[in-house]
Amino acid sequence: MLDVVPSPAPAAGGEHLLRAEGIVKHFPIKEGIFFKHQVGSVKAVDGVSLEVRRGETLGLVGETGCGKSTLARCIMRLFPLTAGHLTFDGADLSTLSRSQMRPYRRGMQMIFQDPYGSLNSRRRVGSIIGDPLAIHNIAKGAERKKMVQGFMEVVGLNPEHYNRFPAEFSGGQRQRIGVARALALRPKLIVCDEPVSALDVSIQAQIINLLEDLQGEFGLTYLFIAHNLSVVQHVSDRVAVMYLGKIVEVAEVKDLYGTPRHPYTNALLSASVVADPDKARSRDRIILTGDVPSPINPPSGCRFHTRCPKAQAICSTEEPILKSGAGDSASHLAACHFPVADGEKIASGKATILHAVEGFLAEAPK
Amino acid sequence: MTRFLIRRVVMGLVTLWVIITLVFILYYARPGVDPGRELAGRAVTPALLAQINKEYGFDQPVIVQYWHYLERLAPIPGHFNLGTSNTNRLPVTTIIAQAVPIDLSLAAGAAVIWMILGISVGVLAARRPRSIWDRGATVFVLTGVSMPTFILGLLLLYALYYLLTIHGIAIFPKPGSWTPFTQNPLEWAHDLLLPWITLALITAATYSRLTRSSLLETLGEDYIRTARAKGLSERRVVYRHALRSSLTPIVTQFGIDLATVLGGAIITESIFGLPGLGLAVVQAIQVQNLPVVIGIVLVASFFVVAANIVVDALYAVLDPRVRLS
Amino acid sequence: MSLSTVEVVSTEAPAETPGVGGIEGRSPLRLVLARLRTDRVALASIGVLVLIVLLALGAPLISAITGHSPTVTNVDNGTDANGQPLPPGTGGFLLGTDNLGRDILVRIAYGARISLLVGVLATAIATVVGVVVGLFAGYFGGWLDSILARLMDVVLSFPYVLFAIVLVSVFGASLPLVILVIAFFSFAAIGRIVRGQALSQREKEYVEAAHSLGAGNLRIMFVDILPNLVAPVIVLATLLIPAAIIFEATLSFLGLGVGPPTASWGNMLSDAEGVGFQAWWFYIFPMLFLLATTLAFNLLGDAVRDALDPRTERIFAGRRKKKKPA
Repeated sequence: MLDVVPSPAPAAGGEHLLRAEGIVKHFPIKEGIFFKHQVGSVKAVDGVSLEVRRGETLGLVGETGCGKSTLARCIMRLFPLTAGHLTFDGADLSTLSRSQMRPYRRGMQMIFQDPYGSLNSRRRVGSIIGDPLAIHNIAKGAERKKMVQGFMEVVGLNPEHYNRFPAEFSGGQRQRIGVARALALRPKLIVCDEPVSALDVSIQAQIINLLEDLQGEFGLTYLFIAHNLSVVQHVSDRVAVMYLGKIVEVAEVKDLYGTPRHPYTNALLSASVVADPDKARSRDRIILTGDVPSPINPPSGCRFHTRCPKAQAICSTEEPILKSGAGDSASHLAACHFPVADGEKIASGKATILHAVEGFLAEAPK
Repeated sequence: MTRFLIRRVVMGLVTLWVIITLVFILYYARPGVDPGRELAGRAVTPALLAQINKEYGFDQPVIVQYWHYLERLAPIPGHFNLGTSNTNRLPVTTIIAQAVPIDLSLAAGAAVIWMILGISVGVLAARRPRSIWDRGATVFVLTGVSMPTFILGLLLLYALYYLLTIHGIAIFPKPGSWTPFTQNPLEWAHDLLLPWITLALITAATYSRLTRSSLLETLGEDYIRTARAKGLSERRVVYRHALRSSLTPIVTQFGIDLATVLGGAIITESIFGLPGLGLAVVQAIQVQNLPVVIGIVLVASFFVVAANIVVDALYAVLDPRVRLS
Repeated sequence: MSLSTVEVVSTEAPAETPGVGGIEGRSPLRLVLARLRTDRVALASIGVLVLIVLLALGAPLISAITGHSPTVTNVDNGTDANGQPLPPGTGGFLLGTDNLGRDILVRIAYGARISLLVGVLATAIATVVGVVVGLFAGYFGGWLDSILARLMDVVLSFPYVLFAIVLVSVFGASLPLVILVIAFFSFAAIGRIVRGQALSQREKEYVEAAHSLGAGNLRIMFVDILPNLVAPVIVLATLLIPAAIIFEATLSFLGLGVGPPTASWGNMLSDAEGVGFQAWWFYIFPMLFLLATTLAFNLLGDAVRDALDPRTERIFAGRRKKKKPA
């Protein structure tokens, strides 16, 4: 029944399904009494290049505010790009207008973070999932209903609930509705914007397993955005790390989690949850000083230098480029002047308040 | 804050200008209508028409007329001239000046009554939700909102004036009586009593509803719960804490309603025969007395627009969140 | 009677517990109707309105049965020796006659037509225009929103009674004009609410999702956003109808609405004023019918608002329990 949806055109453009080069997205800040003029801009995404291979899952991690959601929406062309090139399946999507983009939407879809906000609470589930079929004139009436019910079954929903409203479903089920909606057009790429962040942990596992099953069954490529490093490690083939609008490191998953090169990646990993309490106690916590700088006025040179335990003079003047270090595989790229070597401890690189207090207490008379 | 004010003032001026221009277009520049001929009436001869056209400037191009029209309205001494009434040759400004005290009196008395009545009923209803007081307040609100002003006026006249007077209890004066305040304050109030009640009852209904919902919303806030938890008496909680924040929408509504009445409470004045701006404009319209109509429309619009600006500024002062928008 | 003070509470469809009520989802409409059925006041209001509608529809019938015309002057049969109106019950006039000897019952029936027609039609036009303007303004934002929002602000701050009178006097009083004038001054009330809702809905994620599916702007506005504003719009529209009826009656009373010889409750009352208070039936009956109509609409509007508000579920649950003894 699912084959009734015509499969998208055969692959063009080679090994990379998606290629982004130098994507820039700045949001202008306007002020004025009557006619607003621009006084500055939020540099949400400031020169990002990445590639997604067919059939792989590329994970994208970073703190809140690093621009990963904005990047996702740039890739989906939900905004016009301030600058940069976007190639999807061989086609250049960089400057297309909304109506020109419409046919390409069948190739890429998105799953959203909020299971409550991403579904229109006033519409029935069948109508929500069938919406893409209606918009692209794929099927009508009974045929459409059959297709929608097919997708409902595939994601694990009861097709008899076709006429229910989203309010009658749990959070996990709503996310499944979102997945079914994204699947309806049989896309090649699905951008998952923190698809499990809003769900209970046990439900997270179900949805992740569902996504993995679907990837095999439908031949999907995923761009998986999250801030939970363990989840990303589980689902991804490759992972990219973002900080303040730029990619700071990208690598195969075992390389990134095994030998992270960028200090920021090290800090993130040191803060993630580890199951074994002994290991957790014995590892070094890298605590970053200071706050995340504002994207309106990012730091000069390497953006991370204001918080980096390894920062030196050159870091504030010259921006590092993404390149693979000596001894690493060609696919492991890091943007750092002083990448972290194997076994290097950077926790003691720069004094933090915590260290100072510990030192003070150690010297106090007992 | 100043930016906010500037924006509001400019908006107000734009509104005023739109109204002024609309009035001009409606009366002087409608396609297919010859204002000179309209003014001349039935006994029109070519000579009379030419004379009228010359006198009123109808023979000039529309843009020129418009410019003169705007000139006369500019509040610059020497230029400001609203013309003279067609019916009695009095300057329009005089007519307006004579009518304003009536509207002032009407507004003052009615405002006091509707505020006291409306707010107290609203507070009572909010303090005891779902009680008989609340239900009574709802009935009051519903009646006020469902009743046209002229019906209430007629009813009051019928019940309190006609029926009583027939049976010998002539408490209320007949419609049309008016004594200026300076002449005899007691008589002044006596003549205005029924109009005040008419106007106030209907308006009070809206204020009851507004007060009740505003107060209920405030009473549901967490800081009120804290005040109660601290042990404050309910009375203090309601009157000293809750009422203050819930009064904001009421104050703003009051400004607008006051300005509207000042500009002429058309229906009330018509029924009770009070020679205020409202009655004057209705009479002028019925005989196509354009200068008077335009003059009063402009004065009334000015009051409402000015009140809107003041009210917005007041709201911004009382509620800081508004200033940021 | 200020349009800007008609209150609307932002409403959402009541949440339904999962798994209850079978496979078919209960739409908000069905829930509202179910709740209204338990509200005695609402039912009474609907009853009154049905009666008035029947009265209006049956006006020609009433005229035929009594043999009296609503517009033809009837001084010989319809007035007493002094030319004064006849009291109710005399000479086959159920509710009495007016100053020109016409049957008040028949005139009231025809007046009902005018009031209902103006009330419903003017509100309907205002609603359609208000929804479209509000949707476009709120959804597109930018310069379109600036212009439309300013326009609505300007209209709302007009001294509208005065202006309505001006307009009617300039163009001459006629039924279509009265309807248009009332609609014009009412649309901004709806437009403002719709615009506010559209502005807030526009930021919601499901709108973003619709974009990502390739939906066009019009589709998003009318298929996605519009269902989310049906509730407040319906409440506001139901409450605007009595305001429109009052507006028309007032205009007719001032001689600027529907003109003679057509019967309107407003101009009947202005004729009555001329006759004097002795002929009480000439006042009281049109007044009663007018008040009954506006009261019924207002009560219904409040009831609909309560029915749409998920916070009042406790009351309705209580009523449902009362109806079904254990």
